[in-house]
Amino acid sequence: MILSQEEVNHIALLARLGLSNEEVERFREQLSNILENFAILQEVDTTDVPPTAQPIPLQNILRQDDVDSSLPCEEVMANAPRREGNYFRVKSVLGKS
Amino acid sequence: MDYETIIGLEIHSQLLTRSKMFCRCAADYTSASPNTHVCPICLGMPGVLPTINRKAIEYVIMTALALNCSIPEFTKFDRKNYPYPDLMKGYQISQYDFPIGVRGHVTLEMGDAKTISVTRREIRITRVHLEEDVAKLVHRDIPWGDSYSLVDVNRSGVPLMEIVTEPDMRSPEEARQLLIKLQSILRYLGVSTCNMEEGSFRCDANISIRPIGAKEGFAKAEVKNMNSFKAVFLALEYEAIRQRKVVEQGGHLIQETRGWLEEGTTVSQRSKEYAHDYRYFPEPDLPPLTINPSWVEEIRSQLPELPEIRQERLVEQYGLSFYDASILTSSKPLADYFESCMKLWQGDDQERKAKILSNWLLGDFAHLLNENNIEIDESRVTPSHLIELLKLIEEGAVSGPAAKKIIEDIFHTGKRAGDIVVQQGLTQITDASDIEVTVKQVIGNHPQAVSDFILGKQQALTFLVGQIMRMTKGRVNPKLANEVMRRELEKLC
Ligand SMILES: [Zn+2]
Repeated sequence: MILSQEEVNHIALLARLGLSNEEVERFREQLSNILENFAILQEVDTTDVPPTAQPIPLQNILRQDDVDSSLPCEEVMANAPRREGNYFRVKSVLGKS
Repeated sequence: MDYETIIGLEIHSQLLTRSKMFCRCAADYTSASPNTHVCPICLGMPGVLPTINRKAIEYVIMTALALNCSIPEFTKFDRKNYPYPDLMKGYQISQYDFPIGVRGHVTLEMGDAKTISVTRREIRITRVHLEEDVAKLVHRDIPWGDSYSLVDVNRSGVPLMEIVTEPDMRSPEEARQLLIKLQSILRYLGVSTCNMEEGSFRCDANISIRPIGAKEGFAKAEVKNMNSFKAVFLALEYEAIRQRKVVEQGGHLIQETRGWLEEGTTVSQRSKEYAHDYRYFPEPDLPPLTINPSWVEEIRSQLPELPEIRQERLVEQYGLSFYDASILTSSKPLADYFESCMKLWQGDDQERKAKILSNWLLGDFAHLLNENNIEIDESRVTPSHLIELLKLIEEGAVSGPAAKKIIEDIFHTGKRAGDIVVQQGLTQITDASDIEVTVKQVIGNHPQAVSDFILGKQQALTFLVGQIMRMTKGRVNPKLANEVMRRELEKLC
């Protein structure tokens, strides 16, 4: 299964990644490899296997509605690339999806 | 060609839990400074593990039951992927194919105040599911044209319940009524504050038009950015007309998202084609949930009396009209207030008393609350204050017009009606001979009105009686004042 350039560009757009032509070509090959491996899994007969959302046999792990203290603001902002007061500052993005 | 309007709604409401959906940060951020209710989980740091808030699940089950939904035994969370700065992780934890509640309905009662008639409309509920709220963006414009955004993560991770309806509404008014009804139900349940202006209750609407009798309609528009009931109504009215115009002028409707602007129009928010490629997949960090029927029944048994049931009971118990009962029960605090009052005003004649009380609650008292923008349960006029006043009216100690002044006084000062009557000398004058003095004064002061009356102008009488009421601060029974005035004037004819 070989991905097209358009498909790679579409995936890059969804992830907001800008790729050079050379990168598109490289990822096209790598992603196609991954898909081929999954194609092998697809061959397994799963007619009698119910779909599963989670491989771990856990269920109903719930927590009581209790409040705990949050992080101090300085720690929250520690990795902020840009800061204004106690806000993170980001580029304006228009046209919310 | 005649068209009908087809409307479906998606309603988001923040749940009133103490902690957030997947972490223990406090959920109520209304008075918090920015980025103070934040931890690695709601900040979306790599490697953290979310945990499910049981209360949020219970609130959604509760709501789904109140909306007559079924609760499937299996439910799970999914990741909805899209990049936007208000989404800390690059995905939102939501529910895709196995929501908590499915297939319910809400009955709308479209009341008509003039004819006091009620028409019922059933609106189907598609699903009720749980997700997390996103961070808040504050847009800033720099004078030389550039702009940027500030991110406050406090709201990120607050439990958000989404209710989706089938496209069953046929007018903007029905959409507005549905919102009012949902708000009332959610407030009765105590699961959300449902305040549209503050953003704890939000609504997106899908609207399209269809030639009457046809199976297929035209492309629908999704309208966003409406932050009041009135805005929803106006935006949908605008869209319904806009879509008709486009079709009638031979234009072509496309499926699109449109934003409501305060100026009174909707504009296309050019969404790119990849916008809805959310690539949902099961949330690997959260195990699925089995909602046991016994858990559901336990929650059902704790449901409070809901507005519809309460309305029927009020009609039955107090002989109220269906219309009055529907308004009284539309808000839980109002219905609670009514019933507290009735408890303080027992004895025979309950139906008559209920009618008097409901007239006050829906009339003069409601005016006072609206004008001052105060909720009934925050008013200084407590049920005991109001009933004391109504008893004074019943005993004939206070006239109707004086009572209106007294309730305003209680409203502003919190004094007792009995004290106000004594302090301001508002005891009703019932003796005709006491009134005659005032009547003669009024006649002496207004010769023009008197001659108008003698010449046959009936309005002059109303004016003269008004003067009596003014001079006595409304202490005279208006009917009595009218009688005495008419008698005195006729003597002059
Ligand atoms: Zn947190």
